Amino acid sequence: MRISVDHISRYSYDPPVRSVVQSHRLTPAQCDNQRIESWLIELPGGLEGGSFTDGAGDRVQGWTIPGPVSEVSVRVRGIVETTDCAGVLRGHRERIPQLAWLRLTAPTAPDAALSALARGISAADPLALAHALCGAVGAAIAYRPGVTHAHTTAAEALALGEGVCQDHTHALIACARLHDLPARYVSGYLQASEDGSPHEAAHAWAEIWIEGLGWVGFDASNNCCPDERYIRLGCGFDARDAAPIRGIARGGGVESLEVSVAVEAAQQ
Amino acid sequence: MQTFFDEMNDQGKVRPPYARLQEWLAAMPAELRNLKQAEAEALFRRVGITFAVYGEGGDPDRLIPFDMFPRVFSAQEWMRLERGIRQRAKALNAFLADVYDRGEIIRAGRIPARLVYLNEAYEPAMAAIRPPRRVFSHIVGVDLVRTGPDAFHVLEDNCRTPSGVSYMLENREIMMRMFPDLFRENRIEPVDGYAEALRRTLASVAPEKCDRDPTIVILTPGHFNSAYYEHSFLADLMGVELVEGQDLFVEGDRVWMRTTEGPQRVDVIYRRIDDPYLDPLCFRPDSMLGVPGLMDVYRSGGVTICSAPGAGVADDKAVYTYVPEMIRFYLGEEPILPNVPTWQCAKPEDMKHVLAHLPELVVKEVHGSGGYGMLVGPKSTREQIEAFRARLIERPDNYIAQPTLALSTVPSFVEEGVAPRHVDLRPYCLVGERIELVPGGLTRVALRDGSLVVNSSQGGGVKDTWVLAE
Amino acid sequence: MLSRTAANLFWLARYMERAETAARFLEVGGRIALLPNAGEGFRNEWEALLRAAGTSDAFARKYGEPVQRNIESHLFFDNDNPSSVATCIRCARENGRIVRTALTTQVWEALNTAHAELQEIERQPRSQTGLTRLTEWTMRTAALIRGTVDATLLRNDGYDFLHLGYHLERADNTARLLDVKYFVLLPKVEFVGSGLDNYQWVTLLRALSAHRAYHWAYGGEVTAAKIAHFLILNPQCPRALISSVQGLNAHLDRLSRGYGRSSPAQSAARALLGEMAEMSVEQVFEEGLHEYLSRFIVEIATLGACIHDAYLSGDMR
Repeated sequence: MRISVDHISRYSYDPPVRSVVQSHRLTPAQCDNQRIESWLIELPGGLEGGSFTDGAGDRVQGWTIPGPVSEVSVRVRGIVETTDCAGVLRGHRERIPQLAWLRLTAPTAPDAALSALARGISAADPLALAHALCGAVGAAIAYRPGVTHAHTTAAEALALGEGVCQDHTHALIACARLHDLPARYVSGYLQASEDGSPHEAAHAWAEIWIEGLGWVGFDASNNCCPDERYIRLGCGFDARDAAPIRGIARGGGVESLEVSVAVEAAQQ
Repeated sequence: MQTFFDEMNDQGKVRPPYARLQEWLAAMPAELRNLKQAEAEALFRRVGITFAVYGEGGDPDRLIPFDMFPRVFSAQEWMRLERGIRQRAKALNAFLADVYDRGEIIRAGRIPARLVYLNEAYEPAMAAIRPPRRVFSHIVGVDLVRTGPDAFHVLEDNCRTPSGVSYMLENREIMMRMFPDLFRENRIEPVDGYAEALRRTLASVAPEKCDRDPTIVILTPGHFNSAYYEHSFLADLMGVELVEGQDLFVEGDRVWMRTTEGPQRVDVIYRRIDDPYLDPLCFRPDSMLGVPGLMDVYRSGGVTICSAPGAGVADDKAVYTYVPEMIRFYLGEEPILPNVPTWQCAKPEDMKHVLAHLPELVVKEVHGSGGYGMLVGPKSTREQIEAFRARLIERPDNYIAQPTLALSTVPSFVEEGVAPRHVDLRPYCLVGERIELVPGGLTRVALRDGSLVVNSSQGGGVKDTWVLAE
Repeated sequence: MLSRTAANLFWLARYMERAETAARFLEVGGRIALLPNAGEGFRNEWEALLRAAGTSDAFARKYGEPVQRNIESHLFFDNDNPSSVATCIRCARENGRIVRTALTTQVWEALNTAHAELQEIERQPRSQTGLTRLTEWTMRTAALIRGTVDATLLRNDGYDFLHLGYHLERADNTARLLDVKYFVLLPKVEFVGSGLDNYQWVTLLRALSAHRAYHWAYGGEVTAAKIAHFLILNPQCPRALISSVQGLNAHLDRLSRGYGRSSPAQSAARALLGEMAEMSVEQVFEEGLHEYLSRFIVEIATLGACIHDAYLSGDMR
């Protein structure tokens, strides 16, 4: 499937800040699941910084924007040809050993309720267990935008019983790691279905290491594994670690962010 | 009563390296000694060497006690130590380069994967990164203890940013000022080449794309840090700028410092701040000490950070037990300097032994330093031991245990006169294009009678450390 | 040189100059308290001094009545007063400690010794720390530190930043002192030359250690015009505003030469000096002494901001 992406993130600073530094994971890696046809990142006024492939196999690109800065606009446009690999990440080169993905971070640290949720699930094999955990998290946290925020932890979202894809993913990672299954946070895009699925086009899901299969994606928000509608941008231990754009402004200006994402089936 | 090896007086005889010190001591009446001690203290205070103990409050300008009685090694003794330390520094760096790359030693089953990859000090952001010359730990401080004429043991390794080298240099400086005759009578190897060697080492690991004489800086957390004196001392000796995070910024693919003449490019950063504070964009977002974007520049080869982030996974106290294995695996050699036998409380059979023998053992936190959070069994009360036992049972994987070593003693000036006090030794090994080691190190001495804890935060002092020329 | 290092040197000097000014205020206040005075008595004097030091509100809040012992506490010992001798010497020493390696051993030892002696003085009972001892110690200490700077420091850019600090602070302090004396004590022109007013002016000269120098330079009668000329426009007077501005120019010129590029700070300093060189004391009085001094204080602050932007902020290109 050919998918086109047009993703604009506009940061405004009031008053203007002295400078901005950003770190991007905005370029999809080439693998069996996805082939990049074209990909363009525009950042007017920005100076391209160092770039490298990190231990998770994702392309990282640094940017600096010398001040005074009142607005930073990052635009990503491209076309990706995707293939359904039944949720399994294939042909992706990476260096971090899967064991390392068992470590907990603040947003994925379990509390008693998360532990209870995870313990309540058992299955014959790891793959079935991962599927069951994915379903259980989706059931325990109803999709509802606006109730959680960027810093909500998995435990907090579970207590609320509501959240968005970030919260589902954090909770699923916590549960998987409780079962000693390495798990990680994936950020990417999801092409919305014809019937107008309510979920974000800028999407997030989890990958869980299944011995024998490798990394397998689980989207707890949609209770499915990623297929050809998904574009994978990068991964990390949690949402912040896997964020497509991380940035820090120097100076006291208040930051506001406006995002527009269009992810559509491209014309043949 | 336990007996200890004394490095000067062994079985009623003065050991040869100390022969001349015997005469020196005999010719020094108590009044002169007190006078000299006061003079030394005044010198230290005047140059401003002070040591602030973390979290203890009190006088921030406290002096670390300086004991004028030197510690002496013969050329032969040192030669063996040096070979052992070089071997260790090489193996530790090979280990770091390996675990952030393919992890051969783990694939070969020589070190448990979980111990490394789930270690707090393992830094995933460093995976697949190859720093210049594949050196991760550029200054390796190896803490050694001695239990007999030929018995040295490595107590622990320090691969991040071992401190104390300024004392090694200042102790010598002050001894030379106060007792020039001693240095005429004894042929003592100089240590003052350290700063130049450090500069050379740092310059040798400049990024590949650095096309000129590299600009080196020392990055300090600031003037409130207890080691600030050392940071500014080393910067001065090397002739490089001492910077704080706010003095540096990232622009494009390089790091720059803010100078009165505009931005100046920086090539090598000898950082004295911990990993989590280096870059708020990559690590702790609330860090005010670091430089936003630094890690992206570093990982794309625009600047070198010494030591590399994540180097701490090699000096973890649980990983320590595998260093002899690293030496065999990477170098194909047998360790020259043995480890202290260590029980890992994370292993059930080890833990059983430890719990049964707590009053005889020293138990340490895996990530602890500075002599905090440890139990010295033979020096503790029943209550202290039981309180520690509870903590140990709660988190076994946080602790290791070692036998209480019969640390060697060296005569030291104490209130009553001259008495043997326990010592350890920290030499500083530099790793860059070459491996360099100045002859000497920092001798720490437990000035309290009977104490085995040499940490300055626990009543320890320092001595000048001599290596005699052949 | 690191911008932050330059800023530490600049502030080290400013704090030392400020400490000296605080001691001068104290000395003058103490002297006046010994002399009989007509009319409103001594209190006015102390209030005027506090106002010159810019701390009269803070003083009133903490101590209330301006009696001598409180004034001593406030101007010398008070750690809450950002301009007290103790605060300034602490800050100067801390700035020095941060840039220890940019100083010579002599400068550092002078600073460190000052700090140690200050702690010693603070430990002594107040009955043993007479006002004269406090002020003399401060001025001797300030002179010693400045002497080690001049005698031992490398003549590099760090030396210039230290002196920019000294001159900038001195220009500001002198102008403030002059302004308060004029504005507060001499509201009416007809008092010029009267006994009362004469006495106030002499006090001012004493505050600036310029009493005898004035007589050498001008002789005879003390008049407002002569004093204003001496303290504003006479380059022979080391505390004259013009001397400070000349010093600022000299060091900014040296920096520009050394760095091979001029700065807006250098232009601003040149313009200020050019205007002063052309000025007569009559023109000052025509504009109004208070008006002139107010303008001068603003110009000096602006110049300080220019120096900050050009060298100390770290943001220049």
